[in-house]
Formats: sequence, C-alpha cells, structure tokens
Amino acid sequence: MDYIMAFVIGGLICVIGQILIDKTKLTSARVLVLFVTLGAILQGFGLYQKLIDIAGAGATVPLPGFGYSLAKGAIEEVKKIGFVGAFTGGVSRTAGGIAAAVFFGYIIALIFNPKSK
Amino acid sequence: MISDCFTVVGKKEGQGPLSIFFDMVIEDEYAGQKSWELAEGKFLNLAISKLIQKSGFSPDEVDLILSGDLLNQLSSSHFAARDLDIPFIGLYGACSTFALSVGLACVFVDGGFAKNIIAATSSHFCSAEKQFRYPLELGCQRPPTAQWTVTGAASFLIKPDDGTNKPKVTHFTVGKILDYGIKDPNNMGACMAPAAFDTITIHLEDTKRDFGYYDIIVTGDLGYVGRKLLEELFKKEGINLPFELFDCGILMFDQNTQDTGAGASGCAASACVFGGYFYKLMLQGTFKKILIVPTGALMSASTVQLGESIPVIAHALSIEVE
Repeated sequence: MDYIMAFVIGGLICVIGQILIDKTKLTSARVLVLFVTLGAILQGFGLYQKLIDIAGAGATVPLPGFGYSLAKGAIEEVKKIGFVGAFTGGVSRTAGGIAAAVFFGYIIALIFNPKSK
Repeated sequence: MISDCFTVVGKKEGQGPLSIFFDMVIEDEYAGQKSWELAEGKFLNLAISKLIQKSGFSPDEVDLILSGDLLNQLSSSHFAARDLDIPFIGLYGACSTFALSVGLACVFVDGGFAKNIIAATSSHFCSAEKQFRYPLELGCQRPPTAQWTVTGAASFLIKPDDGTNKPKVTHFTVGKILDYGIKDPNNMGACMAPAAFDTITIHLEDTKRDFGYYDIIVTGDLGYVGRKLLEELFKKEGINLPFELFDCGILMFDQNTQDTGAGASGCAASACVFGGYFYKLMLQGTFKKILIVPTGALMSASTVQLGESIPVIAHALSIEVE
C-alpha cells in the first residue's frame, strides 16, 4: 500500500508540473521555483507533513519536498535557538541534499559529456 | 548567380526526410571538437572549405566571406574563418541570416566590388539551446511549441552571371524590424509569422507580382505554429494561401518520428533546405521561380530576462533559373 500511495501522489505532483509546462507559458525554471515555494508554504501551515505521512518518498523526492525540508528545518530551529533559526534551520536541514547535489553533479560532469536527446 | 553550394548537417538532420539531398552528414555532434561552439565552427568551416574545393578554386581566389550564426559575437563564424585566410564580414540576422548573406553577396557582385563571394551560415542545436534557452545538462522539458534548432551549415558561391544556366537572385527585399509584443522564446514561429507576411506583401507590391508568378514561395523556419498563423494572416486579407507555400522548418524533420516539436529552426534550417533541396530541384528544372523568405527572431538571453518582447525580421530572395 505504501508503494502504491508513493507512486500515485508522486505521479500526481509530476502531472501538475507537466500540465503547467504544456498549458501555461511558465518556463521549467519558474515551475521549479513555484514547486519549492509551494512545498515551503504548505509546510508552513503543517500541511505537507500530512502528504508525506500518506505518500512517503512519493512526496519527499519531488521538488515540493525540498521546500518542505526548508520550512520544517527553519521552524524546528526557531523553536530550539530562537529567531536566528529561521535563517539557519532550513539550510542546515537540507545541507546533506545540497552538498550531495554539488558533489555528484561535479563527479558526473567529469565523467560524461552532454548530448542532445 | 548562385554558382554552387555545399551543405553539411548533423545526425538528426541526416535521418530526416531530406537526408539524401545533403552533401555531407556528420554523425558526431561534437564534430571531433571539445565544445558545441567549436563544433558549430567546424561544421561551418567544412561547408566553406569543401565548397572551395568542389568549385576548383584556391582560397585566395575567393574575395570575401559573408557569414553569420546565432551565437554571441558570431563565435562559430569567427572560429570557422580563422583558419581560412580570406577577407571576412560577419552578419547577424538570427535565422534570416541565409537571405542576408546571399542577398548582400549578390549586391557586392552586382556592383562589381567582388568576383567570387562565399555566403554562409550555420547553427547547432546544442550551442543554440545553451545560448538562448537552457544548457542541455539541465535536461529541461521542451514545450510543444518549441522548435528544434538545425545542426548544420551551408555555404553558397556567388559569382557574376556568366551565362550558364544556374539559379540567379533577381530581387532581394530587405525586411523591416517588427514587434508584435510576443515574449515567449519557446514560440518563435508565432513571433516571426507577421514578419514573413509583411515582407512577402511588400515584395509582391514592389515587384508588381502576384502569388502565381512563383512556382513556390518558401518560408524559412516558421514551423507548424508560425506557418498556420501566416495562413490566417493572409486569410484576413482575403488571400487563400496557395499550398505551394512551403516552410523549411516543416520540411527538415519528420514531426511524427523525430520528436522535433513545432518543426525546425536556426540559420541552417532555411540555408540547408534551400542549398540541399531546392537548389538541386532548380538545377533539374523542377522549379524555375522561387521566392524564399527566411525569418529571424532577434532576441537574446538578456532581452528575455529583461522581459522584453521579441523583435522579428524577414528578408526575401527571388531566385530564378531559365
């Protein structure tokens, strides 16, 4: 059941992205920013956590999951160390993902050359 | 007089419906170079040097090269020309560069300022994506109205009329810059259709000709979206576009099997389709009078970021053979 919900919810998030690209004039970069911001706002109201409880990685892996982590990290850190936490919390919580992206991006760029599809 | 031409295209173009018409197909997108910009320069350099070889000239018999491409500061044209040791003028007309370089070369020759001129142009899918949209590494989704930049280069040898029965440029109608406020760089066909409409109308007025005069009127790279819009523009004027009006952007790829969205674009679209296909058909006598109208969308990455609308242009060449 977990797998099915992850598949359905993750797929639905991607469907929304595809519709935005096909039906609106939004560029993919704007859709990306929109999704991250949306994830952060939803978690600001505590809503994205509910989606993750249902879908697991189906909700954390797509882009809004990154926004969720930023918001959740900021909120937790504010509770621990106060106001400054709003600035440090989000980045601390997502540091692993960001560093991994830079590291693996660099490695892959060393190994492969880009090609057209 | 367009005495000869040479076309070089990439792998995808070489698999398209016109594959048998191109002089040379290079399977490697990098053309043995280390970057897209150098690869595009290599394509163009090959198109020019093979044309010189083919026509039996030595490079110092060529008086001038007129060439342009889509990159910042015409990088690939300059890379292509730096090994050639031939006087060079760079031109920018985005995807309309083919008409610009051939038209101006004819003006030079007709005025007696030069005897042998090579008019050339190139584009490359990968360098154009990087220049105008996103680098390929980002793996962006392409919207359905986006066009596929042709990887290729074409060069044309322009000489004074020596009486041989080769296609001759009889008129060169220089277009005006228009801007209808369209901002979407992923929908260039729609931007450019009004420019093609304007230039075709003005050309026919100037020369007091009508559609029937030409065997075929070919637009540059409007693609499926822009071509449809052009039909609507003419319909508003009460003119039903004759089906003979073809578009190089539609002819280049097979939309159904090659996943090229709204059709081909880029300097090489009109240049390679004319040089590879129509030029040969004119030599065979299939077509005797062609009006070719390449269009250009004159945006840059910075103007898109500024949120500016896209200025467009179209030039027309009337080409005839006896």
